Amino acid sequence: MKTIEELNAIREKAKATMTVREDNVDVIRVVVGMATCGIAAGARPVLNGFMEEVARRKLGNIVVSQTGCIGMCQYEPIVEVIEKDKEKVTYVRMTADRVARVVSDHLVNNNVVTEFTVGAIAK
Amino acid sequence: MRELSLNILDIAQNSIAANASLIRIEVAEDTEKGEMRIVIGDNGQGMTPEQTQRVTDPFYTTRTTRKVGMGTSLFKMAAEMTGGTFNIRSQANEGTKVTAVFKTRSVDFTPLGDMNSTISLLIAMNLHIDFIYRHSVDGKAFTLQTTELKQILGDVPLSEPDVVEWIKSYVGEQTQIIHGGVLHENNRRTQRYQRKSKSNHDR
Repeated sequence: MKTIEELNAIREKAKATMTVREDNVDVIRVVVGMATCGIAAGARPVLNGFMEEVARRKLGNIVVSQTGCIGMCQYEPIVEVIEKDKEKVTYVRMTADRVARVVSDHLVNNNVVTEFTVGAIAK
Repeated sequence: MRELSLNILDIAQNSIAANASLIRIEVAEDTEKGEMRIVIGDNGQGMTPEQTQRVTDPFYTTRTTRKVGMGTSLFKMAAEMTGGTFNIRSQANEGTKVTAVFKTRSVDFTPLGDMNSTISLLIAMNLHIDFIYRHSVDGKAFTLQTTELKQILGDVPLSEPDVVEWIKSYVGEQTQIIHGGVLHENNRRTQRYQRKSKSNHDR
């Protein structure tokens, strides 16, 4: 059973790895739309999926966060990938199943998964 | 919304947008009365009486990009559909409190669902906000308070993957304990439903 005391051990373990992350400059931001439209369309498992996948692969340069309504509710769940000096990539109708592919292809190997982007769907 | 935990996640976004520094989420179940009370309270900027009155109107929103605001109206509808009640109280500069009571025996009752995800995400995504989550079933209760966790964790943020995992498991386990340690509410509902449809069939 989980106890509050276990957090002591987690703190010690986390302290050892944390400094590496803070020094990172080229951060990739993954932003999930979490307004009513996004949540109703299934944004929660998508956000959860990104957090878990980024944690599992120990990707210290990726920040997962949430935002309000992105403005294309019919394409929710929407995920934006924002990188310095690059054009923003907007993934639409995301599902938890698609998260692993976006993480490995795009966030790790730098190949945008074009078929999931708004450009491929909203023609 | 398929689960009330999604409505809760959605309503809490309003508290976040209202610049709350403390959000309190309470789920209280009374199995004898067949009631579930959900309260989401914050100390955010609050609303004027006029705004408070109009907030459950789906065609009212403070947002300027679009003219429709569905969140609060959906939550109200979910409660009233079961024969329950909905109430919103707000005071400018003091905060807002949303209370919804659900009749759990109604066929229109939506299950609470995955509160572990709702709570862990709210906490991990809003590090500057303190959360208090309390869940009770017939008087048995547990409370998760982020200020307590922060005290132990020090500089380690609540978004640290191991911490997020801990919060999920902790909420999951504690929920099971207050439910008597065996069945989750969703399973219980499914079983009740199966029993009902079986007896209908027998008839």
